[in-house]
Amino acid sequence: MDAVNGTATMLISNYVFPNDLHVHWSMMIVLYPYITGLVDGAFIIAALYYLFDIKSLKPLARFSLLFALAFLCCATLPLLLHLGRPERNLNMLLTPSPSSAMAGFGYIYAVSMGVLVFIVLFVYRPDLVVLRDTSKGLLKLLYRAITFDSRDLSTYSLALDRKIIRFLVGIGIPIAAVLHGYVGFIFGGVKAIPTWSTPLMPVIFLFSACLSGISAIILAYIVIRKITGRSIDSDCIKTCIKTLTLFFILAFAFEMLEVFSHSYLKSGYHHMVEGLLNGPLASSFWLWQVKICSVIPLVILGVMAFFRMGRAMYHFWAAVVSAILLLQVLIMRWNVVIGGQLMSKSARGYTEFHPQWFDKEGILAVIIVMAIPFMILFVLSRIFPFWTPDNETTVT
Amino acid sequence: MKILDPSPKMNRRSFVKNVLNGTIAGSLYLVWPMGGDSLEIPEQIPGIRDTAYDIHNQAFVFIVDITRCIGCGSCCVADKREYNVPDGNYRTWVERYVKGFSDQIYVDCPNGGLDGYQHPRTDIDEDIRDTFFVPKLCNMCREAPCVQVCPVGATFISPDGFVLVDEKRCVGCAYCIQACPYSVRFLNPVTRVVEKCTWCYHRVRKGLLPACVEVCPTGARKFGSMRDDTSEVYNILKGPGVLTVLKKEMGTWPALYYKGARREVV
Repeated sequence: MDAVNGTATMLISNYVFPNDLHVHWSMMIVLYPYITGLVDGAFIIAALYYLFDIKSLKPLARFSLLFALAFLCCATLPLLLHLGRPERNLNMLLTPSPSSAMAGFGYIYAVSMGVLVFIVLFVYRPDLVVLRDTSKGLLKLLYRAITFDSRDLSTYSLALDRKIIRFLVGIGIPIAAVLHGYVGFIFGGVKAIPTWSTPLMPVIFLFSACLSGISAIILAYIVIRKITGRSIDSDCIKTCIKTLTLFFILAFAFEMLEVFSHSYLKSGYHHMVEGLLNGPLASSFWLWQVKICSVIPLVILGVMAFFRMGRAMYHFWAAVVSAILLLQVLIMRWNVVIGGQLMSKSARGYTEFHPQWFDKEGILAVIIVMAIPFMILFVLSRIFPFWTPDNETTVT
Repeated sequence: MKILDPSPKMNRRSFVKNVLNGTIAGSLYLVWPMGGDSLEIPEQIPGIRDTAYDIHNQAFVFIVDITRCIGCGSCCVADKREYNVPDGNYRTWVERYVKGFSDQIYVDCPNGGLDGYQHPRTDIDEDIRDTFFVPKLCNMCREAPCVQVCPVGATFISPDGFVLVDEKRCVGCAYCIQACPYSVRFLNPVTRVVEKCTWCYHRVRKGLLPACVEVCPTGARKFGSMRDDTSEVYNILKGPGVLTVLKKEMGTWPALYYKGARREVV
């Protein structure tokens, strides 16, 4: 609490600029990077299989794509709920201001969506052709449409499919990286807010995005397979956990590096950052983000990496650590988005934020927005089967 | 002896006619927009009305003289009335700074200074070294971060140097609110678009001073054109006096200058 008692904080007398009392970017802007992060992470799993040939990820590859698609469909929802004039949202696409980081979102989003949809269609094409013959009515029509009325399953066409998929996933990786790195830059490009204004922000957002997406895939896979009474592929989970560990170490290291830099450099508004982390964010940052949701998973992942444990136990801890890390990223987004705005630009005080239940950007709206991707995922599962039958046989 | 003729010289018809004419003339007098036309008010910024407005060749400057501000809040009231600013939001405000002998700074701004500072602070438990008021308003940055970040170009710099918001284009994303280092922007809860001080652009174009400048009883707020070498702002900027800008390190190059601002002013 040096910030409050020490000489550096002579400036703090808790004065907040009159217009700073209100937090303008609230929970929907916490959700927005969270959802795009889930998309990115899920896409990474698919990319590891389709582009880098990590064979053990095969059981999850198709599911990851659908998971990414379901969440990408809802990525704009929080933004629309947040805008003061949502009916004017197309202005961003029609008359974008080239100097604005935010103006690029529509285009990057549209390209991501296009690439992901085509990857899904090409990956599923052999299945869709078969399903087309076994289905009736509207569903048959739908299958005809999404296979572009092609029944060609010749060796040549399937080989071509594989090439197209590799190409699309190849360009999908930089697009996914740009999508989320760019979301980080939206914050990193605001020089008026000391905790946002760092070139590390896009990097931190990118790694934490991969972290949350991979965690979500692991958790969803284990939960869905358990609920539906199917076996869990241990090799696949192990590869995922190893990848997760890598991204978690990177994300956590950069998050801590940013705090350390502020603390060590003591430049500009460091007294405000210090006061923020030790004051209004003391609980959500140090206790929840760092101690509970980062140090504990680090220990669990260490144990999982260095000690032998039974398959059931490994799956259990994989699910637990994924759940904690999902929470870690959500809290991290909260601490960045809300935390940054708690510091008044007067550099003399902090405002408060109390979430409302029934507000347009309130807790209920958050729950609904987070539930919709799962509904979409359910609908997608009726059209695109999550699991291939050979998954069942390859389970060890 | 002259006998006055008691009989009226006007017959009934002409009397009714006159009454009717008078009524119509009186009614017209009442409804005619006399005095409501701002152009009837004498010009306050010389050179705006009598020549064609060259929008590309203007340089307006706003100077706040902290040593003159008495914290009466008249400027805040004038601004709120000019724009019907919703309660709790401020296009301009006045802060009260109190500096103790320990170098501790105490700042407050109850209700944006709208009520004026009529009573001293009683919650400060040390000897006061200095106290002063700091009016705040849009800095009209030449390198405006709000303009840079606006995704739809709703916030722009006009050719005559004013940072303005097109309320018909604004999507209400509030990115500019985050980007403004001076927190002069807010989301209007009624229109749901962003609003901020414009230095009363609509008045300036008619040769009138900004509302807050006009009502300031002590001349703490000064506005004028650098193209007019008789203006007060021209002579202040030409002179040797020290002027500062807020948050210089942000690289925003404000057109709003402060005279007599202590280094503690943020």
